[in-house]
Amino acid sequence: MRRAALIIIPYFWLLALFLVPFLIVLKISLSDTALAIPPYTPTLDFSNGWQGIKDFWAALDLENFEFLTTDDLYWKAYLSSLKIAVIATFLTLLVGYPIAYGMANAPDHWRPTLMMLVILPFWTSFLIRVYSWMGILSNEGYLNQLLMGMGVISEPLTILNTNTAVYIGIVYTYLPFMILPIYSALERLDASLLEAAEDLGCSRLTAFWLVTVPLSKNGIIAGCFLVFIPTLGEFVIPSLLGGSKTLMIGKVLWEEFFNNRDWPVASAVAVILLLILIIPIILFQRNEQKQREADG
Amino acid sequence: MGQTVFEPWNDPDAKPLIQFKNVTKRFGDFVAIDNQSFDIYEQEFFALLGPSGCGKTTMMRMLAGFETPTEGTILLGGQDIAPIPPNKRAVNMMFQSYALFPHLSIWENIAFGLKRDNMPKDKIDARVAEMLKLTRLEQFAKRKPHQCSGGQRQRVALARSLAKAPKLLLLDEPLGALDAKLRQDTQFELMDIQEKTGTTFVIVTHDQEEAMTVASRVAVMDHGKIIQADTPARIYEMPNSAYVADFIGDVTIISGTATPAGDGYDIAFAEGQPILHAKSDIQLAKAQSCHLAIRPEKVAITAEKPADAANALQGKILDIAYLGNLSTYHVELANGQVVKSQTANTRRLSRRSFTWEDEVWLSWTDTAGVLLKE
Repeated sequence: MRRAALIIIPYFWLLALFLVPFLIVLKISLSDTALAIPPYTPTLDFSNGWQGIKDFWAALDLENFEFLTTDDLYWKAYLSSLKIAVIATFLTLLVGYPIAYGMANAPDHWRPTLMMLVILPFWTSFLIRVYSWMGILSNEGYLNQLLMGMGVISEPLTILNTNTAVYIGIVYTYLPFMILPIYSALERLDASLLEAAEDLGCSRLTAFWLVTVPLSKNGIIAGCFLVFIPTLGEFVIPSLLGGSKTLMIGKVLWEEFFNNRDWPVASAVAVILLLILIIPIILFQRNEQKQREADG
Repeated sequence: MGQTVFEPWNDPDAKPLIQFKNVTKRFGDFVAIDNQSFDIYEQEFFALLGPSGCGKTTMMRMLAGFETPTEGTILLGGQDIAPIPPNKRAVNMMFQSYALFPHLSIWENIAFGLKRDNMPKDKIDARVAEMLKLTRLEQFAKRKPHQCSGGQRQRVALARSLAKAPKLLLLDEPLGALDAKLRQDTQFELMDIQEKTGTTFVIVTHDQEEAMTVASRVAVMDHGKIIQADTPARIYEMPNSAYVADFIGDVTIISGTATPAGDGYDIAFAEGQPILHAKSDIQLAKAQSCHLAIRPEKVAITAEKPADAANALQGKILDIAYLGNLSTYHVELANGQVVKSQTANTRRLSRRSFTWEDEVWLSWTDTAGVLLKE
């Protein structure tokens, strides 16, 4: 009985915070746009009783999903988002792994400080941090001033409002999500395993590839998912740092909602995005499950 | 058909496999190994025994190549090994934690070192199969380490470190993680495998019983120094110091002053107690202070004073430790000195002759005790 009560609490939250909102979005995506408040029809009206519910049900259709396939903007935006998310995740891994490795191999008394430094940026608003990148990356920004001052370049580099700026923004923002799981995997690594590998004839580098990397695999996978999933639907970074050519589904979604006031199409875009995201989330969960089994 | 006794350390022509020459190792101000020189011979099973922090692990890590001596040289087969990194040494180590690779199967763990040598595939297969057979792990080849019991993991670690056929195998507390029963069986298994492969083994342990069981020679260490290195029997019966006598097995140490008498000494140890007699070769001046170390099993316990014992003392039973096969009596003399006596319980359910507070006589011959200098 008490066990059941314990399980009910998380399921209740899942229902209230995920499933109910999702069903509302799904309902809107099956509606038609209208000049009204809210800007779609039909709306569920219980005052007409059973007939009202039947009418409501009959008015729902898949028109908006069909519309998404007719305009190639949408699938291009999905593909472009996927590409940006994959590349950005890979770049974050390249930057994050050495940092996590350095932290895990730092002297014990340094580790809390290093951990603090990784988490510290979260204490400032995410929006302000992305804005400050505009100041760094713009044509008159600090980076160009520095490079021109050192004589590396004569013309300012155009970084802001390109995909490069988006990658920089994503790597910067999501780096801690990559570092922390990898660090926790590396920290648990038994140092005698590396000594054993060396004892059996490995050089330091081979020992790293054959022992350290496979044993931090779960951290790498967790970090990659933690970066990939929010990046796919990212809206703030591409709209502030990206240019007109940066096509991401988060931005398209925002424009449908607020510029076109087409809630049903926007909801359809969101439903598809969720379906795309559910695949990596399921993969992620299965990985976690496998890891728990291996540990148990 | 007599078997030749294996004791190369007594043969002046024998070439040692390993030579420590004035080796000192310091960590900052701390002296871990203090100017030690000794030899280990081929096919030996050499045990480094001592309390934690005595430097035995440092000694082993220097052989493996994870530490380098601060001063002095270590020779392996006549060659200085200081410049050779661990991955190039013909030395393998079995780690205390076993250090099995958790992401690899038992088979892959054993093949790990062979693959690094770019051995052809069929030879790797044959060698791994041989190692699995040697350690009786054939059915477990496909399992991962976490699916194996402690005893099986121990055998995998042994198979992995033996796979490359090293000249020297180092074992760091190899049986420390096993329970007492399994540990005993494994000790004999280790000796068997050592004999079959003919590999030189160096074992580090803090368990004196384990060292005595498996080793051809035992080196007792303390504070970075080898106090005595000898066969288990000589270490036990002829310790060279009170430290060794006390560290190995059970012992009673009586401190007194020696006076030469015949081919031995008379030892006076307390007011009102009889003079003790011990035969000894050591040189002591008159009235020089000394220790007499006596093993409890060499002390007889009787109700009446024995007629013709070289040494006889009267006391009162303070404690009795019943160990099943043996009983150890702690007998307190009038001056407060406690002497231990051990008797074998040869008969089942025999009447216990003595109990607490009984007045008893302890006696031993003049060759039973070992006389040690201060």
